[in-house]
Amino acid sequence: MKSLLIKGGQIIDPAQGIDVSGSLLISEGKISWRGKGEEAPPQADYETLNAKGLIVCPGLIDLHCHLRQPGDEEKETIASGTSAAARGGFTTVCCMPNTNPPLDNQTAVEFIKSKAASEGVVRVLPIGCISKGRKGGTLAEMGELASAGVIAFSDDGEPASSSYLMRQALDYSRAFELPIIDHCEEKALTEGGQMNEGIISTKLGLRGIPSAAEEIIVARDLALAELTGGRLHIAHVSTEGSVDLIRRAKEKGIRVTAEATPHHLTLTEERVIGYDTNAKVNPPLRTKKDVKALIQGLKDNTIDIIATDHAPHTEADKLCEFDLAPFGISGFETALGSLMSLVHGGEISLATLIAKLTSEPARIIGNSYGGLGTLATGAPADITIFDPSLEWVVEPKDFASKGRNTPLAGERLKGRVMATIYEGKIVYKDDSIKVKES
Amino acid sequence: MRTNQKDNPTLQVKPEVPEKTPLWRHHHILDVDDFTAEEIETVFNTTRAMKEVLSRPIKRVPTLRGKTIVNLFYEPSTRTRLSFELAAKYLSADVVNLNASVSSVAKGESLVDTLGTLQALGTDIIVMRHPHSGAPYTATRYTEASIVNAGDGWHAHPTQALLDLYTIYEHKPSLKGLKAVIIGDIMHSRVARSNMWGLTTMGIEVTLCCPPTLLPIGLGEGHLPPVNIEPNIELALDKADIVMTLRLQRERQKSGLLPSIREYIQLYQLTEARLGRAKPDALVLHPGPVNEGVEISPAVAHGPQSVINEQVSNGVAVRMALLYLLSGSQKQ
Amino acid sequence: MSKKVIMTEEDIKRTLARIAHEIIEHNELLKELILVGVHTRGVPLAKRLAADIESFARVKIPVDTLDISLYRDDLSSLELKPIVKLTDITATIDGKSIVLVDDVLYTGRSIRAAMDALIDLGRPRSIQLAVLVDRGHRELPIRADYVGKNIPSSRHEEIKVNLKETDGIDEVAIVSMSAAKEGR
Repeated sequence: MKSLLIKGGQIIDPAQGIDVSGSLLISEGKISWRGKGEEAPPQADYETLNAKGLIVCPGLIDLHCHLRQPGDEEKETIASGTSAAARGGFTTVCCMPNTNPPLDNQTAVEFIKSKAASEGVVRVLPIGCISKGRKGGTLAEMGELASAGVIAFSDDGEPASSSYLMRQALDYSRAFELPIIDHCEEKALTEGGQMNEGIISTKLGLRGIPSAAEEIIVARDLALAELTGGRLHIAHVSTEGSVDLIRRAKEKGIRVTAEATPHHLTLTEERVIGYDTNAKVNPPLRTKKDVKALIQGLKDNTIDIIATDHAPHTEADKLCEFDLAPFGISGFETALGSLMSLVHGGEISLATLIAKLTSEPARIIGNSYGGLGTLATGAPADITIFDPSLEWVVEPKDFASKGRNTPLAGERLKGRVMATIYEGKIVYKDDSIKVKES
Repeated sequence: MRTNQKDNPTLQVKPEVPEKTPLWRHHHILDVDDFTAEEIETVFNTTRAMKEVLSRPIKRVPTLRGKTIVNLFYEPSTRTRLSFELAAKYLSADVVNLNASVSSVAKGESLVDTLGTLQALGTDIIVMRHPHSGAPYTATRYTEASIVNAGDGWHAHPTQALLDLYTIYEHKPSLKGLKAVIIGDIMHSRVARSNMWGLTTMGIEVTLCCPPTLLPIGLGEGHLPPVNIEPNIELALDKADIVMTLRLQRERQKSGLLPSIREYIQLYQLTEARLGRAKPDALVLHPGPVNEGVEISPAVAHGPQSVINEQVSNGVAVRMALLYLLSGSQKQ
Repeated sequence: MSKKVIMTEEDIKRTLARIAHEIIEHNELLKELILVGVHTRGVPLAKRLAADIESFARVKIPVDTLDISLYRDDLSSLELKPIVKLTDITATIDGKSIVLVDDVLYTGRSIRAAMDALIDLGRPRSIQLAVLVDRGHRELPIRADYVGKNIPSSRHEEIKVNLKETDGIDEVAIVSMSAAKEGR
């Protein structure tokens, strides 16, 4: 493979703390050299990608997504999902184990890995189940799953079914230093719930999902993390109360990390008015107050990372009465564009946003896959190139994902991925980006 | 000269307001939350004309001749369906009743499929009752017919609210400033929700009275519609002009929201004694069917202040008025 | 837009008096007569005719009102529905002679609708038609028995009848418009 020079872009790499105009040379799948401005590299033979006016950052990492394969291939496959991820600027995605069959044993994990190797467009890292069969009973064989290469454990889709199971999971996982990711939901309070509980659910006549349902399990898990010393990661935080609980826990030194999704950071429950099933997601879109608290959480590091919770469904699945529609938003391809509104609105800096999608998730994954989330020399050449100001209209029928279910259809976003490079290969490129021979 | 019992406005010799087109912008009737007071008055005036038609020996006018109206009911209902069917027939429309049940959905015929079939068959108006809130809104996206919401889940029952308002209007034409109390399971009631919108739009003050477990979140906290909350029935009824009771379903007790029906009766049944706290000319309404002895005592249900039967007969006239106002607004 | 007055208050008064005499002349059994005014301006015209007939023939003729909105044949093409006013008809019109009263006779469709309405309400012995103005352009085989004034007009013109009871002034005028108006 020929070397590739990414020339003259604005390199933002929070892992190294740099934000400079520069060029990167990629050789043999790794970053081999960085120069200032449009400086030419020492070697002679390379192709050039002109990145002038664009941001060059480490390939984005998504710690939470659903690739649906095996079992629900009509909604998404590893092939279609990773294509969509590449279009969204993601070079590493971590897939949740709520497949059919679930990822609770080595064979299932090997299946994911081999499919990813043969058909995947970007890196796929599997997450294993907490419980056997994801049934909430006994623990899954975490040791076997860890050897097979999972980066965390979760029963996502469901909360860890009991305090007892969660305690065992946090305890047992300490042997492998892998985090337990919990989807925090007190099911007794949310049965039949369709959207956030509040004045809008009252007006629409839909059963509500109260904030307290999330906060109760967040509190439970934090207490257990404190008790056991295990690593806890809270998935898709959505309420102000949850942010407060996590902040206080971190002050006490409890080993917890937390994530928020692009949709919880930018949208509110008002999107449900009109009964748009594409706005139906779990946890639900909440209020302005909650959005504000999540953004503040990003700024003070209570919320460590942003993860998409990409949850594709077929068009037919969502084409029905609100009550009957499944929960989920297809998020890969709109993530960066929608998050850029926080940067353009002055809520967070571009460097912070990039850190939440690169160096911070890499820190949670750890070093077993090489230096992810950085553009340091010698690191895998996983690079995202985007235009922070390009305006574009979201057109779901152009998605690479099989899931067209997004509440942002027809919306104008400002900020677009122009090219994605995975291990030195260009896996996504907008037509306007030209690669020149030397 | 013959005379009417009520003053016939056409006999008055005062300059009549010149005929002007009424304010009506609705292609569907989904809820009362976006009706202006003027539009509600348009409904009243049209209803009055329809009541005259209903007083004739031959109750029929050719107004909707050639129009096809389908009653698409996903929930069983005798009175509402009958009311709509009669309204359509009195206007000379062709009526078809489709009792889709939730089991036909299980057999694979989705709402969207059914709408596609109706569209292909050339339906002008679909009257829809559905157990899931928002179903009629979903329906508007998949058909060109006009949709009339005959009740969706907990969300809305606009024609009921309009006929309730009309019944009140016939007795108390000056609506602004009246005091209304709605008693019962507000949480699960589409009648309560639609009435909250309709009553407050006409300037009526609304108080909700129910056990706190049956009060949905967010009401009375400064959001629209503006309502008061008063869980004590005696205090709520004080000087009320309008008392609306809602049906209590037995399953509310089974699902743990109430300790017992017995306690509900003790605290919330509308009895003659409690009704005495309201104004002497207060009206008693109920959307039906009435659980006598539960939410309302038989004496009050059949008493002189009850207008429950008028609600039923006004229902046909109001629905005729709405079908009339809606017809012809379909795309050609 | 230009306006030409065809009938003044005095003209209208004399014309109605003449029609009243004609009605008396052609209807032997005045006691079986009912005047039915078609909303909107047919109603005050009917009342005035009744007053004239009473003063000329000393017989009190009942005046009823009819709203034809529910019988129109053009409802599908109207985006906004006409306001439906009250129809107030005598307990029985069976066997009675009806004189329908309207202000302008144009295409004839309103009168067709009015006759359908009457026939739904009972079985009158006969129906006659009295109009203040006949402007031609009939689309149906309808003719008036009593005509106040024939005013030939083009489709681009509008005949505006104003009456004190509804508009504050008595006047009939031709107004020429740039666009053709719908027939009445």
